[in-house]
Amino acid sequence: MSKVLVVVETDGTTIKNASLPGVTAGAELAKHTGGELHLLVVGSGVGDAANAVGAAGFGAAGVHVADHAELAPFTTEAWTDTVVAAAKALGATALGGTATSTLRDVIPRAAALLDAPLAAEITGVTGNNTFSREMSAGRALADFTLSGSVVCFTARASDFAPAAAGAAAPVSAADVGTPNKRGAEVVGIETTQSARPALTEASVVVAGGRGMGSGENFAPLETLTDLLGGALGASRAATDAGMVPADLQVGQTGKVVAPELYFAVAISGAIQHLAGMKGSKTIVAINKDPEAPIFQVADYGLVAKWEDTLPQLIELVKAKKSG
Amino acid sequence: MKILVTVKRIPDPDASVKFADGAIDTSSTKWVPNEFDQYAVETALRLAEDAKSKKRHAEIVVCSVCPAAQRQHITTFLAMGADRGVVVDADDTALDSQAVAKLIAGVFKKEGADLLVCGKLSQDSEGNEVGQRVAGLLDLPIGSFAGGVTWDQGSGAMVVSREVDDGVETKKVPLPSVLTCDLRVVLPSSVKNGVTPDDHTYNEGPRLASLRGITMAKRKKVEQLKPADLGVEAGSAVNNNAVTPPAARAAGQIVESVEQLVEKLASEAKVL
Repeated sequence: MSKVLVVVETDGTTIKNASLPGVTAGAELAKHTGGELHLLVVGSGVGDAANAVGAAGFGAAGVHVADHAELAPFTTEAWTDTVVAAAKALGATALGGTATSTLRDVIPRAAALLDAPLAAEITGVTGNNTFSREMSAGRALADFTLSGSVVCFTARASDFAPAAAGAAAPVSAADVGTPNKRGAEVVGIETTQSARPALTEASVVVAGGRGMGSGENFAPLETLTDLLGGALGASRAATDAGMVPADLQVGQTGKVVAPELYFAVAISGAIQHLAGMKGSKTIVAINKDPEAPIFQVADYGLVAKWEDTLPQLIELVKAKKSG
Repeated sequence: MKILVTVKRIPDPDASVKFADGAIDTSSTKWVPNEFDQYAVETALRLAEDAKSKKRHAEIVVCSVCPAAQRQHITTFLAMGADRGVVVDADDTALDSQAVAKLIAGVFKKEGADLLVCGKLSQDSEGNEVGQRVAGLLDLPIGSFAGGVTWDQGSGAMVVSREVDDGVETKKVPLPSVLTCDLRVVLPSSVKNGVTPDDHTYNEGPRLASLRGITMAKRKKVEQLKPADLGVEAGSAVNNNAVTPPAARAAGQIVESVEQLVEKLASEAKVL
């Protein structure tokens, strides 16, 4: 029987929201292959988190926990040793998860060790080991089939619904193998502190571009963001200019988002930016240049300077929210 | 110290994508160097050189898997300052990432290189997997998605600022190892090598080839290998069923005022 093994990340107590779309992709693949879904929890001292994942089940036949001191903090070297050992011990025919920065590091390395092909950043599961994904900054859509005794995938979070909890699944210890960091050492982690939802999970994203001019000028965008309970984003031009941190970048080389509502303010709309947000349900563009390519993907376009529109927009949204 | 850098040719990303018979039509494609590989070569140059005296402390070898007759991009990188090239003569469009990774791992071993520097991804296939795969095949540590690199000459390690989903992780990676380069590695002070003064600032972005560099590039050596020379049977386990243009978004509307925008977002799109 085919077995799809999905690696999930935890925040210490339970599954991270970012891992849920990858579980959905794994469940869809299991359905297409007529096999079982299995989940793998990796880390140090993650027993409680694994039990919480087991209680939520997510439609899995089993939850496997790989608990070892070498597995925290995260290094791809040690994690991959364990993920490969667990996949082999289970007899997995597919291995994957959400395309987070963690698994985009681990899954290709694991695929190399398993001599397996990888469907990277898939947008859909269309059949037995058959997937869809975008290429060339979203301008080409490939439907393709992987062959081999084991195949790997990473799923683009914006294209799969988060997995829902279901009947509890049994939790058991996984084969952790011999995790080894190969001399690598994590010296520090600077986490961007924000009370806002994660960019890839927010239902509203307010993004600013080069035309904002400076980091200070992002203040009204932040006000609008918080008014809508959304996340702040930016184009590469704005992050490269140092107006806002790099992890806010939306686009081909940043994060791919698909919120209900996306505001693109003073963003011209280069194809690399469009690749990161054109899956959004409703797109609003505010730009002073009527020829800006962003207007070609916008549902609602307003040709105006941000300076002249944001204060009024904030007041009117405020009135709508309170009315 | 020897630094191997992977470089790829890609269809011009500023040209429109053409389709024919359920595939991308590359018959009239203009091939250009992948942007992230320009960052990788720039990173290697900043690691190798003393920016003041221009003296080199490491040799830089650029390596590409492509038809030998279509290696113009290698010449571009030699003109930028790489010392020599290796071309593995194969139709890269018929290989999957595992095959390419095996070929690059083979070149790394053959060269006895100390560091592999890759771009984070190629702008055409966007797989973001070859650097990680090579590190796995060679059993080496890796600093992926590097936005900054400091060569700690004392301990012989690279200290890498990695761009992760929720911030920046600093990882110390001993040589021999692999780096994959993210965008911000080419900001003015992102790379430090312990030789160039730490307060030196580079121009932003990958350097342009000088006239002298372009003349010199023609004299630099490019070794040609076949996959069989590296003991690799090159193929692909990825079979494209169809490559098509994605559905276009329905045309939107231009609104005249902020009032109208808010009204439509509330009553029409129902998102407020």
